[in-house]
Amino acid sequence: MKKIDRSCKVRKNFHQAKWDEAIIFELSQKGERGILVPKAETKISEKVGDGISKLPKNMKRKTVLNLPEMSQNRVLRHYTRLSQETLGADVNVEIGQGTCTVKYSPKINDQLSRIPKMAELHPLQDESTVQGILQIMYETDLYLREVSGMDRITFQPGGGSQGVFTMASLVYAYYKEKGEENQRNEIITTIYSHPSDAAAPHVKGYKIVYIHPDENGYPDFEAFKAAVSDKTAAFFVANPEDTGVYNKNILKFTKLVHEHGGLCGYDQANANGLLGVTRAKEAGFDMCFFNLHKTFSTPHGCGGPAVGATGVLKHIEKYLPAPLVDYDGEKYYLNYEITNNPYSVGKIRSFNGVAQVVLKAYAWIRSLGPEGLYQVAKTAVLNNNYLFKKLMELPYVDAPYIKGKQRVEQVRYTLEKLYNETGVSTADVQRRMMDFGMHYWQSHHPYYIPEPMTLEPTETPSKADLDEYIETLKFIFNEAYTNPEIVKTAPHQSVCHYIDESGMDDPEKWAVTWRSYQKKFK
Amino acid sequence: MLKKNKDYRVMKKIGLIINPIAGMGGSVGLKGTDGLAHEALRLGSIPKALDKAKVFIEKISGLENLVEIVTCSGDMGENALKKYNFNARIIYFPRSENTTSSDTVEAARIMKNEDVDLLVFTGGDGTAKNIYEGAGESTTAIGIPAGVKIHSSVFAKTPGRAGELAKLFIEGKTTLTKEAEVLDIDECEYRKGNVNTRLFGYLTVPVERKFMQNKKAPSLKSEKSQQYEIANEVIRDMLEDEYYIIGPGSTTRAIMEILGLKNTLIGVDLIYNKKLIENDLSENQILKYISSSPAKIIITPTGGQGYLLGRGNQQISDKVVKTVGKDNIIIIATKDKIANLKGEPLLLDTGSNETDEMLKGYAKIITGFRETVIYKINS
Repeated sequence: MKKIDRSCKVRKNFHQAKWDEAIIFELSQKGERGILVPKAETKISEKVGDGISKLPKNMKRKTVLNLPEMSQNRVLRHYTRLSQETLGADVNVEIGQGTCTVKYSPKINDQLSRIPKMAELHPLQDESTVQGILQIMYETDLYLREVSGMDRITFQPGGGSQGVFTMASLVYAYYKEKGEENQRNEIITTIYSHPSDAAAPHVKGYKIVYIHPDENGYPDFEAFKAAVSDKTAAFFVANPEDTGVYNKNILKFTKLVHEHGGLCGYDQANANGLLGVTRAKEAGFDMCFFNLHKTFSTPHGCGGPAVGATGVLKHIEKYLPAPLVDYDGEKYYLNYEITNNPYSVGKIRSFNGVAQVVLKAYAWIRSLGPEGLYQVAKTAVLNNNYLFKKLMELPYVDAPYIKGKQRVEQVRYTLEKLYNETGVSTADVQRRMMDFGMHYWQSHHPYYIPEPMTLEPTETPSKADLDEYIETLKFIFNEAYTNPEIVKTAPHQSVCHYIDESGMDDPEKWAVTWRSYQKKFK
Repeated sequence: MLKKNKDYRVMKKIGLIINPIAGMGGSVGLKGTDGLAHEALRLGSIPKALDKAKVFIEKISGLENLVEIVTCSGDMGENALKKYNFNARIIYFPRSENTTSSDTVEAARIMKNEDVDLLVFTGGDGTAKNIYEGAGESTTAIGIPAGVKIHSSVFAKTPGRAGELAKLFIEGKTTLTKEAEVLDIDECEYRKGNVNTRLFGYLTVPVERKFMQNKKAPSLKSEKSQQYEIANEVIRDMLEDEYYIIGPGSTTRAIMEILGLKNTLIGVDLIYNKKLIENDLSENQILKYISSSPAKIIITPTGGQGYLLGRGNQQISDKVVKTVGKDNIIIIATKDKIANLKGEPLLLDTGSNETDEMLKGYAKIITGFRETVIYKINS
């Protein structure tokens, strides 16, 4: 059999499903049914009546629910087609979604989370009937304490931004008890931390103070000194930031904040390069959060089930959302005692976090063990620095800030030179990648690094995968010089050519719900 | 489904002005061509502005049935359009073959009166200044870079890029515009090695909205909505019975717009208790007002080099700054503008070392609603 040398194999024959599948409401046909429910037998209807009249009045709808009406096989075809229109991690060498840690999530863990014992759990069940999942939550808490150095973890936050929001709420609660909540109204962050590190505290009511990097890409310590004051409630930061540069002086920063009476929160959404290497506690943080749906392979949330597991040191514990999961030596139980005080943040989200996500993270941690977690970090860093070195050899790719310094788990590159010489922008390259069944991501806005490209390979891809990705990028860079139009008008092998975003800041064009969309555009 | 608007195909009237001598000083080391065209020719410089205009025209060729071009005779436009089938009309004839800046001003004035949809010009900062003088800030324009000095943000990055942007505009694919600065440097000083840019005014330029396929990072708010957000933040904290000196620029102007006050884009305006006191004040007028009452200064850095004081807002002199005091200076800027500085510090040139020294260091810049950036200022 012919052996394919993958290092120079660009998937030129890739073709994505190329129709624009209508949304399910548009496919609906009045009267069409998937299942015809048989009429209840007389014996049953005599016993329970019509099944509706006994419902409490306030639980009954006044109008008929507007649901699409479709036969079973049409529903199946619709969703199968939709699944083909994606470019997800299962069909793609997914190393291009920097800051998101898109890694291979073992399918067996998905299967575990779908077994009836898990799928049919109800959060209001009696504790005695859910000992298994409580044990898993309790033990995952213990594992994450080891990973972070924190003293207690909550799984309640439903994602990374909610993790940051929880940290902001904890900060507020902490100062409220001290009577300083009005004076301490600023949270400091950096421009290369995730925008949620600013946005979530903003929602909580904090003023945001941004720090820019110095010439090496570390947060500018002199600017930081000018920012910290007795108004500082907290410093929220990622390390490494989106540039992949690890701030080795982080202790100086956290120390300064503490000297001014502030708190420090570590955004560990992307902790992939740090497992078993560094911990939030030793870096001087009072709290941190992990995205189980990133680093801990559950997989990435994308608006789906996620957990922003938030950890705190002892002096913050009593402000955590309730309940916490504990073990009394005989049984696992929901502990409301620790947080039973007027300053606790109460609830961040209903119930106790997404149990299935915690289960998947638990299974992943257990399958790897402590050495395995460390190996994940080492492999992710190695993969990233291999990619970094290979790409930096190309004349059109650069990465700002400290030259020659190894990056951690990701790098934000710039294609400015390519753009200046060819007019092909990073957005063009991004769209062209889809023609080869690949994907990459640019950066949050605004583009502090011009024409950005952010890649994060994680521990998943093999060297052959990385080489294939690099070859595809090189192929497109070459096209930018020889046939720029094909890149600028891409994608050609994809569902939809491009989306006009010009309505994004025109409220007249917004349709944030299906109903408002129908009102405005139907 | 989303309605697709296909009704954008209306004829657009494009004005084209080429400054044929633009850029000639550069290749022979004259750092600009103002007043030196003959000298440049004598030194062997070859005019390139026409070629650059042709690159632009090539990009919009194919749109002949969507545009009507109005232009000038000879090298100021007509000659670049030869070989193309554009519906072109000559509406300005320069008096001499050796065209001067007054030809550009006059041609721009006529184009404005012709009510062109888009005024495309080829040249450098000096040309942009002349276009601004002739056509004013409300005319939508695109600069094709061909000059020695390109500091003004009215220029596209390359002639080709100017063509792509014009194409989007002609096809109705971009309707957004923003004001872009017209800056020029003092060429006499520049030849001595001193870069002194001055803000002359603003031209309206089309904004290219990039088409993206990206779920995770929707575009940042438009510059305009960022400006309004900043303005609301400033107004919210305004104190009673204090003067507010509003510096030039579209970011500061947003404050005046929200307060419903008459304003000048390149002048300094003064308000008190959210009411207008006077527009377009001189240094002495400002000093007179603030001698007896507390005051605050609201300023925004210039695009490009990022001058906070001393470029285009000289009325806010070192005396004014000293009277008002360091702590009463409110700096505002959009995040886009700060990103464009690429990490370079903001600059000062008040003419007084003492004042520059006093202001340098790190300052807070308001960038949005309850949002600031700590940024470095160098003297």
